[in-house]
Amino acid sequence: MNQMAMSVAHSYAIPRRVGSHRARQIVNGTMTALCALAVVIALVPLASLLWLVVSKGVHSLSLAFFTHLPMPVGEVGGGVGNGIVGTLFMVGLASCIGLPLGVGAGIFLAERGNGKLGSVVRFTAEVLAGVPSIVIGVVAYGLIVLPMHHFSALAGAVALAILMIPTLARATEEMVRLVPRSLREASLALGVPAWRTSLSVILRTALGGVINAALLSIARAAGETAPLLFTALNNQYWNVHPLQPTASLTVQIFNYAISPYEDWHNKAWGAALCLLLVIGLLSLVAKLSTRRRVNA
Amino acid sequence: MASAADTSTRHGHVGDRAFAVIVTLLGGSVLFIVGIIVLVCARLSMPAFAKLGFFHFLAGSDWNPVEDSFGALPFLYGTLVTSAIAIVLAMPVAIGLALFLTEMSPAKVRRFVSFFVEILAAIPSVVYGLWGLLVLVPILRDVVEPALGRWLGWVPLFSGAPLGIGFLPAGIVLAIMILPTIASVTIEVLRTMPSALREGALALGATRWEAIRAVVLPYASRGIMGAVILGLARALGETMAVTMLIGNQPEIHGSLFAAGYSLPSVIANEFAEASGAVHTGALAGLALVLFGVTLMLSAAARLLVRLSARRLVTA
Repeated sequence: MNQMAMSVAHSYAIPRRVGSHRARQIVNGTMTALCALAVVIALVPLASLLWLVVSKGVHSLSLAFFTHLPMPVGEVGGGVGNGIVGTLFMVGLASCIGLPLGVGAGIFLAERGNGKLGSVVRFTAEVLAGVPSIVIGVVAYGLIVLPMHHFSALAGAVALAILMIPTLARATEEMVRLVPRSLREASLALGVPAWRTSLSVILRTALGGVINAALLSIARAAGETAPLLFTALNNQYWNVHPLQPTASLTVQIFNYAISPYEDWHNKAWGAALCLLLVIGLLSLVAKLSTRRRVNA
Repeated sequence: MASAADTSTRHGHVGDRAFAVIVTLLGGSVLFIVGIIVLVCARLSMPAFAKLGFFHFLAGSDWNPVEDSFGALPFLYGTLVTSAIAIVLAMPVAIGLALFLTEMSPAKVRRFVSFFVEILAAIPSVVYGLWGLLVLVPILRDVVEPALGRWLGWVPLFSGAPLGIGFLPAGIVLAIMILPTIASVTIEVLRTMPSALREGALALGATRWEAIRAVVLPYASRGIMGAVILGLARALGETMAVTMLIGNQPEIHGSLFAAGYSLPSVIANEFAEASGAVHTGALAGLALVLFGVTLMLSAAARLLVRLSARRLVTA
C-alpha cells in the first residue's frame, strides 16, 4: 500500500527540487489562510441575510399580520394570513400526491431496483432533481390550467408534488438500503411473506430516515415560488378551494419585494421571516424525528 | 443477489405479486414524469415553432409579443452571463470551503460550518432575491459600481451607468446560491478519496498544501468538475432571485452593469399573461430549451462524479 502511494505521489510530480523549508511553510500558511477566508466569504452574506430578515421582519410581525388579508397600498395594517393558509393548503395537497409516489418510488429502487429498470429510474431521478422549477410550472400549466381554463391551487399542488418526487425517491432509497440484511432474513425465516417483510419490518425500521426525508422535501416545497406564479396565480382573499387561484407566502414576498412601496418592503421582510420560521420548524422536526428513532 | 421477493413470486404468493406490481408502478412514476415534461412542453410550444422555425427562434434577438416575433438570443445571453459570473465567483470559494472542511479544520469547526452551509442551501430563492434587491443592489449602486467605473471604466465589462440592478447583482446572488451545491458535492468527492495517497505524500515530507495540490486535487479533479457542472446546471435554472435582480430588459449589452433578461425570468414574468398561442408557445419553447440543457448538464455531472469514484477501484 505504501509503495503504491509512493509511486502515485511520484507520478503526480511532487517537486524534486525542494525549496527552502521556510518558503514552503509560508506557502502552506498562506493557502490555509485563503481557504479560511473562503469560509468567511461564504458565511458573510448568510449572516447578513439572516440578521436582516430577523431584525427587519420582527417589526412587522403581529397577530394582525398572521390573520389579516393584504390591504391596498397606502392603507395601514393588513397581513399575509391568506398567504400562510394558501401555502399550508397547497403544500399539504402536494404532500398527499407527492409523498406516496416519492416514497413508493424509493421503495421500488431499494427493494427491486437492482436491475435495468432500476438503474434507469435511479439515473432519471437524480437528473430530474436538477430540473428548474419553472419548467415544472409550465408542465402543470399545460396539464391542469389549460384543460380547466382556470388557475387553481390544484395545479400549484401538482407542480410542487412533481418537484418533491425525484429527491424524495433517492433519499428514501438511501434510508431503506441502510437497514441490515439480517433483519430481512430473520423475518423471512420466521415465515413472514416478502411483501409484509418489506412493509412492516424494513420500512418500519427505516421510518425515521424516511420521515426525515419527507419533511425536508415538504420544507423545500414550501419555499418554492416559480411554479406557483402561473398555476395557482395569486389571490387577495382567503381560499381553500382546490379549484380556485390561491395566495401563497412566497408569491406574496415576490410581489411585495418588487413593488416600489416602503411599507410593502417591510411586509416582505416580515413575510420572509415567517417563511423561514415555517421552513426552520419543518427542518427541526425532521432532525428530531431521526434522533428519536435512533434512541427508540 | 437474488432477493427473497423473487422466491416468493415463484411460489405464487398473491401479496408478493401485488406488492411487486404496485411498487414497480410507483417507481415508473419517475419515468412518467420525464415523459409528461417533454410531451407537455413540446405540445405547448408547437404553435411557436411552427410559425417561427426552431433555429430562427433560437438565434433571433427580437422579442416582440405584439407582432408575434420571438427570438431567444437575449435570454440565452443573459442566462449565460449571469451563470458565468456565478461560476467564476463561486468555484474558488466553494473549493476553498470544501478543502478547509475536509483537510484543514478540527472536527468542532467542521460541524459548525457544515451546519451553516446546510442553512445556506435551505433558504428559498425568493428570500435571496429580497435580500439582493433591498440590500445588495443599493450597495452596488452607491459604492461598488461607481468605484469600479472610476478605476476600471475603460474596460468594456465595467462601462455604463451604475444602475445597481443588472447582470452583476444577479450573478453575485446566484454565486451565493450555487455555493452549497458545489461545496457539498466536492466534499463528498474529497471524502471518498483513499487517505493512503494523501498520507503517502505527507510521509514523504510534503506540507499539507503541497499534498493537496499534488495529490488530492488531481485525483479529485473529475469529481470537482462534476460538482461545478452541477452548480452551473442549478445556476441556469434559478428563477426568482434572478428575476428580481436582472432588470428585465431583453437586450444584449457587453457591460456587467447593464440590465438583461434570463430564460427562466422571462417565463416567470410573462407566462401568466401571455397573449395567444404563439406567445405561450414561445415561452414553452424556452422552457423546453432550459429543460434540455439542464438535463444534459446534470447527466454529464453525475457521470463525472461517478467516474471519479470509480478511480477508487482501478487505482
